[in-house]
Amino acid sequence: MWSSLALFGGKMNDKFVIEMQHITKVFPGIVANDDISLGLRKGEIHALLGENGAGKSTLMSVLFGLYQPEEGKILKDGKEVKINNPNDATALGIGMVHQHFKLVECFSVLDNIILGVEPTKFGLITKKEARRKVMALSEKYHLSVNPDAKIENITVGMQQRVEILKMLYRDNDILIFDEPTAVLTPQEIDELMIIMREFANEGKAILFITHKLNEILAVADRCTVLRKGKYIGTVDVKDATAEELSEMMVGRKVQLQVEKSDAVPGDVVLSVKNMVVASKQHKNNAVKNVSFDVHKGEILCIAGIDGNGQTELVYALSGLEPIVSGSIKMNGVELSKQSIRKRNLAGISHIPEDRHKHGLVLDYSLEQNLVLQTYFEPEFQKNGFIKFNEVRHYSEKLIDQYDIRSGQGSITTARSMSGGNQQKAIIAREIDRDTELLISVQPTRGLDVGAIEQVHRQLVAQRDSGKAVLLVSLELDEVMSVADRILVMFEGEIVGELNPKTCSVQELGLYMAGAKRDDMNGGEK
Amino acid sequence: MKKKFKLDSPGMQTFLASVVAIIAGLVVGFIVLLCINPAGAPKAILTILKNYLNFTRPNLILKNIGGTLVRTAPLIMTSLAVTFAYKVGMFNIGVAGQYTIGIGCCMWAALAWDWPWYLCLLFAVVGGMVWGAIAGFLKSVFNVNEVISGIMLNWISLYIVNIWLNNDLTKETVSPGTLQLHNYAKQGMIPTLGLDKVLNNEYFGPSIFVAIIVAIIINIVLNKTVFGYELKATGGNKHAAKYSGMNDYRNIILTLAISGALAGLGAGLYYLTGIEQWETSASSLPAMGFDGIVAAFLGGLNPIGVIFSSYFIKHISIGGTMIDLNVYSSDISGLIVAIIIYFSAFTMIVRMVLKRLKERKAERGEKQ
Repeated sequence: MWSSLALFGGKMNDKFVIEMQHITKVFPGIVANDDISLGLRKGEIHALLGENGAGKSTLMSVLFGLYQPEEGKILKDGKEVKINNPNDATALGIGMVHQHFKLVECFSVLDNIILGVEPTKFGLITKKEARRKVMALSEKYHLSVNPDAKIENITVGMQQRVEILKMLYRDNDILIFDEPTAVLTPQEIDELMIIMREFANEGKAILFITHKLNEILAVADRCTVLRKGKYIGTVDVKDATAEELSEMMVGRKVQLQVEKSDAVPGDVVLSVKNMVVASKQHKNNAVKNVSFDVHKGEILCIAGIDGNGQTELVYALSGLEPIVSGSIKMNGVELSKQSIRKRNLAGISHIPEDRHKHGLVLDYSLEQNLVLQTYFEPEFQKNGFIKFNEVRHYSEKLIDQYDIRSGQGSITTARSMSGGNQQKAIIAREIDRDTELLISVQPTRGLDVGAIEQVHRQLVAQRDSGKAVLLVSLELDEVMSVADRILVMFEGEIVGELNPKTCSVQELGLYMAGAKRDDMNGGEK
Repeated sequence: MKKKFKLDSPGMQTFLASVVAIIAGLVVGFIVLLCINPAGAPKAILTILKNYLNFTRPNLILKNIGGTLVRTAPLIMTSLAVTFAYKVGMFNIGVAGQYTIGIGCCMWAALAWDWPWYLCLLFAVVGGMVWGAIAGFLKSVFNVNEVISGIMLNWISLYIVNIWLNNDLTKETVSPGTLQLHNYAKQGMIPTLGLDKVLNNEYFGPSIFVAIIVAIIINIVLNKTVFGYELKATGGNKHAAKYSGMNDYRNIILTLAISGALAGLGAGLYYLTGIEQWETSASSLPAMGFDGIVAAFLGGLNPIGVIFSSYFIKHISIGGTMIDLNVYSSDISGLIVAIIIYFSAFTMIVRMVLKRLKERKAERGEKQ
């Protein structure tokens, strides 16, 4: 298999710095990695592409010493090595920026960088030398950070820089980036790409895990594709197209563009006026004097970088948080003082941002979770007793209709389901309620290309049937392709209203980063 | 085939784990007895296990079976209280206090107000309920951990009841004990319905049956009703419960109130038999509350399971009083129970082992 690949890398160093050969990792009931081989060259950016559950994380965990493979071996500079734990990996120069950052919130940037490798003298930490090294690295790679800032007070982009500095501080030369762009603005993504390129030019080997095809095309040299735990192939990126890569990843042709007709907005369903929501993190208000309308038959998208008040906005609409002032009207009826149940019954369904916190009772079975919003309806209860047959029947219908996969069907504990299928269950539950307004917060987070396509189609279908859809998303592609109208939130305010047909991604990015803003004057058109 | 099916069910696993814990507890208890006095140890451990079977005369056996069952009833109730709260995600350590308040209420109602037994019982339930609701209120409104408030409320309840019953209306003049119900408040005693004759034990009445019926009802409420669905959802994830429009504040208060009511009912079912006097000089909480926690865990936190675990605990602790007290302390059965609890913490481990065995078997089956 590998001999044929040698054809590609003629100009580069043919030796692999790190090579994983025929890795097989089995979990009860599933082969997570089935005979996967991957070689990483010095000075290349190697993308690892695959859907959720394709085995990317497992493979990386094997490389990082978190799992021991049943079969296969790992070679460093051609010599077989045993990686029993992350310390072994670090000793071999392997560093990783995890998707969910591993930082201590209440520690300073410097403390986080030296965590675990603190320089000590007589048992006391000596930070002076460490500080010098960190500052030198930060300057060299243009990774500007304030070493004394607390992690909890800095932006996500800066936290990522801290993670990168952590690897550099440890003199790692094999760098793994696990979906690093998910939380960044377009501008930040561009910067990251440049930095990654710089690392590669310096001779470091980079493994770039992602499922965003355009990023691979922009920055990677080679790309290895996994599907359902199996090795599909490694391609030279300069000879590949997005369509080819997505087909390799999904196993069939995928519609990358959302197909939809023009929106036909009808009456106003939800009208928000001068709404102010307090923040739990800081003394400022998280949502400042926001006004907007959502119409029947449109998908209104709230775009913005994570943490600019979108979460609080949705909490206020759904009733999870009280508002300080302003009004929320649904079909002319004031909702802001109503209970959550009343709002739900008034016609709001809500796909929550955090599926584990709000979306599911993890210890409940799938069917119990599927009736979480409707268990009290006469359909599912009689005289206070749950109609188990009806619940089962309904659950099986949704499982079938929305292709929710799980080990034991209706009785599977939600906790044991994969993230993507948990999300599908929530989406099924909320869309099936068929309410007038669907609030959907990052509905496709953690879903693979095939499932994303399906969710987008369902959102458009809701719109086409005359429902109002309020979509909150951090994914620019999603915003641009699904929305009929975009509102950009920055620091708690709506700073712009854009038409996805006429604006560019770059323009949207500028609004999101706060570099550009319109005078929204109360948010009215 | 049949055997495999049984191993599969979580109920069976819990049962097996509890049995393992019990055996381990007895073995360690036996070792302790051996250390104290090797010669008498086998006899002592047998005595503990035999309890009423130590007697030879049938009517004495019956009388002691009755005595064990009378004491089992309140334990079933307190362990149900713990189980119920636990299913809703709360650890009601305040069950001892709720039980104590229940005692105070039923004693006062019977002795001072001369209320009929059913009202005394109701008063005990209400008392426990209010006491539980206080902890629930503190938790839901002020986010006070129910364990902390429970412990403090426990001690508050003890001294309140001591002061409350330390009174000419309720206390004997010469001793710190409350007045005997059968002398001063016969109307307050739960009628035995002739069951006392059946087991030749004047205190044996319908209490144990009431406790079992309540356990069955709790099992149904938790597993079959919308109310139980809501409570367990709140316990499992209060954010999700709130998100779906359940009243999480109300559910938390309600849960601890019901838990407290169960403990209060336990107090009534026991003290209104007239079997025991409350010592107004008591400086420690009645063990029934804390034993409830023990029985709940040993019973696998299952409302039906606690019926059996409660009986078992009472069985061996009463058996423990029958050993040769010149050589051993009657606390030996307390020790055994304590060890059993430590081992039931291993319930999880045993379950895991069983699960893994099953998975391995399944895997092997797949390969073939």
